[in-house]
Amino acid sequence: MARMRRPRPNWRELRRHLDVRRRFRRLYGESPGQLLILLASFALCGYAGIRLLAGDWPLILLWFVGAAVLHDLVLVPLYTLGDRAVGAALARRRRPVPRAGVNYVRVPAFLSSLLLLVYWPLVLRTPEPYEPATRLDIDVFLGRWLLITAALFALSACWLLVRSWPNLWSRRPRAPWRRLWPGRSSGRLSDP
Amino acid sequence: MSRNRVRRLPRPTVAGMKVPTRLTPPWRSPLRGPWLTSVFAVVLLIGIPILFLTGLVSYLAYNPDLSPVNDKTPEKGLLGFYLFAWPTDPYWLYRVTQGVHVTLGIVLVPVLLAKLWSVAPKLFVMPPVRSPGHALDRLSLLFLVGGGLFEFATGVLNVQLEYIFPGSFYPLHFYGAWVFIGAFVAHAALRLPRTVRALRGRDLRAELRTPVARTVPEPLDETGLVSRDPAPPTLSRRGALGMVGLGSLALLVVTAGQSIGGSLRGTALLAPHGREPGSGPNGFQINKGVTAVGIRARDIGPGWRLTVRGGGRETVLTRAELERLPRHVSALPIACVEGWSTSDQHWEGVRLTDLGALVGMGDAPPSVFVESVQSHGSFRSVALRDNQVRDPRSLLALRVNGAELSADHGYPARIIVPGAPGVMNTKWVRRLSFGESSWPV
Repeated sequence: MARMRRPRPNWRELRRHLDVRRRFRRLYGESPGQLLILLASFALCGYAGIRLLAGDWPLILLWFVGAAVLHDLVLVPLYTLGDRAVGAALARRRRPVPRAGVNYVRVPAFLSSLLLLVYWPLVLRTPEPYEPATRLDIDVFLGRWLLITAALFALSACWLLVRSWPNLWSRRPRAPWRRLWPGRSSGRLSDP
Repeated sequence: MSRNRVRRLPRPTVAGMKVPTRLTPPWRSPLRGPWLTSVFAVVLLIGIPILFLTGLVSYLAYNPDLSPVNDKTPEKGLLGFYLFAWPTDPYWLYRVTQGVHVTLGIVLVPVLLAKLWSVAPKLFVMPPVRSPGHALDRLSLLFLVGGGLFEFATGVLNVQLEYIFPGSFYPLHFYGAWVFIGAFVAHAALRLPRTVRALRGRDLRAELRTPVARTVPEPLDETGLVSRDPAPPTLSRRGALGMVGLGSLALLVVTAGQSIGGSLRGTALLAPHGREPGSGPNGFQINKGVTAVGIRARDIGPGWRLTVRGGGRETVLTRAELERLPRHVSALPIACVEGWSTSDQHWEGVRLTDLGALVGMGDAPPSVFVESVQSHGSFRSVALRDNQVRDPRSLLALRVNGAELSADHGYPARIIVPGAPGVMNTKWVRRLSFGESSWPV
């Protein structure tokens, strides 16, 4: 007899199941999977974190949280200010350069600042243990960094020269700036 | 093309209320968007696990489970679950893993910064917290970004001997790495579908052919990365990728030579060990010079003696007596935790097994506890495991490259063990205690 009865899907059960998930999402805002992943992650972070903070914890905490906001609150404003300063300087020229011309300053400045950001202790000669430990002279790094910076800007200037050379002796300049300004035939070094 | 057209949408609103725009910085870069973020993310998704694993390898290489003197993180608990005996073969293993760890870490700095730059608007997202799930997600991002920059900062400072971080490097970098990787794995898991979607949404090769004149912002979407008020582009996306890549290349060029050595060392213009400290047999890299650790001339003068202990026996040797023992030569590098290394140096000295035999240790000596005359500083004593002691290339070296050891390289005698981190090769050795792994009483 039991075989005759076909198993009917329990719609009410299914709907209740779906409703729980939907209610969870409404209350929590994300999926249950996200919660599980984050809880597992926090467990590991906590296990290591209490060991990390076992030392001079207020200072370590300051370093940790400081690092988290350092980029967005310090470096990003610096990038922005630097970019604006260069942009403004270029725009003030009597013959303003095209917008993309800023890259001839931006790229070498970025590379030079990046090298300084990573190697500032040696460049600024601050690590006292360096000379007695390694038996090497720390004074070379500042000069090297300055020379690298000079070389980067010089390379950029050469690149600019190479890319704009037709302009130097042709009244109908071509290749370099046309790529920057499609549709403009004059190719003059000016910003609209 | 139409997909990428700039759409100007009204300012973001929350539940019909206008968000005060003065509170949020005007994010105007036309390059920010899920695709660009995802490209940086993929590079880090490959690079960070390599950094983490090579870091764990470095911890393992100190044999921290052998003796408390080798372990700078004795409270590690489960975080040392993977430890096993560090092998002596291949003898260049640590040189490679640690060179990769430090060089790759430095090379990834611009990628990390670019990734953070690309998602900077998310820090200022309004409202700051949408739901409990969103709050937990943001807390996780604090661990991720804080942990990541903490690890990069402590690493970069430590290799330059700039010890301004709050405490000893080893526990900070080790526990910090576990906090970071905990958040990193969760972040990767939660964002992977979105990353794959974003990468599939644009063709990389087409993107690499798009100059600045044809660069338009990515379409606005729910990630909130794309600017609603984009400035005209001054750089293409390929230009941005190229600039970051150029940054990594520049750092690689001024760094890698200190790990590769040979004629390439001189290319490491800004790396701490980019020059040789001198010429001649002893003119290779020094980790701690003799004056840096406060060793006095009489500590290593004619009055110096080597004590060998083990199994209740003890022998005291002068340098002349030591020189009369059978001598062997091993070609081995010095590879430092700071990432730099030397090419193979030709060390000449007495095998550790032969020294063990002096106190009746036989052919298979146990681990040995090595002490230096150095009176302060970490790693002035270390424990070497039995596999390191028994390796026929492991020496108490007296000479290097055909000359006497210099004071900076550990005169009168120093340890050299294949594959061990630099500081495990104790200099100015005064006592070897076989079968003991902590301070002998």
